[in-house]
Amino acid sequence: MNPNSAGERLYNGIIKENPTFVMMLGMCPTLAVTTSAINGLGMGLTTMVILAMSNLIISMLRKIIPDDVRVPAFIVIVASFVTIVQFLLQAYIPTLNASLGLYIPLIVVNCIILGRAEAYASKNPMMASLFDGIGMGLGFTLGLTCIGLVRELIGAGKIFGVAVMPASYEPVSIFVMAPGAFFVLALLTAIQNKVKLNLEKKGKDVSKIQSGCNADCASCGSKCSNAKE
Amino acid sequence: MSDLRKVSSSPHIRDKATSSNIMRDVSIALLPAAAYGVFHFGMNALLTILLSVATCVATEYIYEKLMHKPVTVKDLSAVVTGLLLAMNLPVSVPFWMPILGGIFAILVVKQLFGGLGQNFMNPALGARCFLMISFAGRMTNYTYYALGANSGYDAITTATPLAVLREGASVNVMDMIVGNTAGMIGETSAIAILIGAAYLLFRGVIDLKIPGTYIVTFIVFMAFFGGHGFDGTYLVAQLAGGGLMLGAWFMATDYVTSPITPTGQIVYGVILGILTGIFRCFGASPEGVSYAIIFSNLLVPLIEKYTIPLAFGKAKAKGGQKS
Repeated sequence: MNPNSAGERLYNGIIKENPTFVMMLGMCPTLAVTTSAINGLGMGLTTMVILAMSNLIISMLRKIIPDDVRVPAFIVIVASFVTIVQFLLQAYIPTLNASLGLYIPLIVVNCIILGRAEAYASKNPMMASLFDGIGMGLGFTLGLTCIGLVRELIGAGKIFGVAVMPASYEPVSIFVMAPGAFFVLALLTAIQNKVKLNLEKKGKDVSKIQSGCNADCASCGSKCSNAKE
Repeated sequence: MSDLRKVSSSPHIRDKATSSNIMRDVSIALLPAAAYGVFHFGMNALLTILLSVATCVATEYIYEKLMHKPVTVKDLSAVVTGLLLAMNLPVSVPFWMPILGGIFAILVVKQLFGGLGQNFMNPALGARCFLMISFAGRMTNYTYYALGANSGYDAITTATPLAVLREGASVNVMDMIVGNTAGMIGETSAIAILIGAAYLLFRGVIDLKIPGTYIVTFIVFMAFFGGHGFDGTYLVAQLAGGGLMLGAWFMATDYVTSPITPTGQIVYGVILGILTGIFRCFGASPEGVSYAIIFSNLLVPLIEKYTIPLAFGKAKAKGGQKS
């Protein structure tokens, strides 16, 4: 598949290079705001809008921005969108704005946004960059919402604010505090690594045939630099 | 077991000590305090202890079976974890709390990091703090049904001696040493704990370096910052109160989570004493032994790195630090 096609960009952002579970980027909002599913979803979507828009503009201007001052230029663009989005949130969703608080202005220095600008948008065409931003944003949203769901379920017995556990359930409140964020992030990352590992095992033979040696020295006669002991 | 051994160059010292022998000694040493807990707090204490031990052993067994690892329940370390966890819970806890704590201790703190020898923090204390943070109300509910000296009453609820001390009121030190006070199941009786500690010292399982420096540092700290000066009654009450005795003799000395170097053990004891003093004097809660120990557990790799003894015949490297 064409690596710059819209579908491939979305797949790359959501699954292959998921910013939360694979690349471990943007850990500060990931750990801090995911006390409930709705907060995670809100934070993810806010970031997605900013990411997509800043990717689009940075890609448009990629031939004009001088290489030496590209990072300040990116930050100006990102900061403009963050300001716009924050005003919109204040006007239309004040509750979300209140619960995310400081973490909205902090999106300016979110490493996913700067990372995508640097690694992708500043080198690739407009539409591909837009979809890269949407894909990465959706991946981030997915990650944050999953973490928020688990933390809210265990730590408060609710999902999206609706009580789902029986009344006798006693919330394990450590899960809505800081340590719980680490527990859940590590757990979900471990689960998705396990799933990926199983998928890779199934596709193992195919990859071997394609690349010949593929670091598997036992089956390959030739000498190999990274031979196992 | 063979893959757990790492053979270094000679000379070697042969010793009959094995993980299971040591853990058996620790379990035996914990029995007096546990027995006093059951005598003092009643059958619910026994139930809590049994549930906790059973959960720890079962969690270890099931996890190792599921992960196709060698099953290590025979080394009794899960039993010790279960005992310590139960002895760090108040008797009023509902039945699911020792179960939840046991699963957390073995699964999250111990097995996910690689099992015995790899855990970076004492599993029982990790679980205790997990429960303490999650269910603060239940973990500080010291209501109990008395069997011993106070058996005339249906139920007794009092502040722990440390909370009383903090309010500035006086406490009965004799009661605290014997253990006739409110508190966690295994921590009230200083005498029962000291009997167990003496057994461990006699068997050579622990030595005085960690508990000794811990206790001495703590006394000195409390004398300076406790607000009562060198008042003997106050200092003894602080020593016998809360989890200090249990923590100093049984949990700070955990082989896996304490430094292996002699100098390191002394540094570790001093840090423990200072931290416990800080938590008790200036913290929000009257007790701080468990937080002091798990915090110091995290410092152990660093302490060990800077206290590696000089190998015989080697000159001291420039800059002091040997690698």
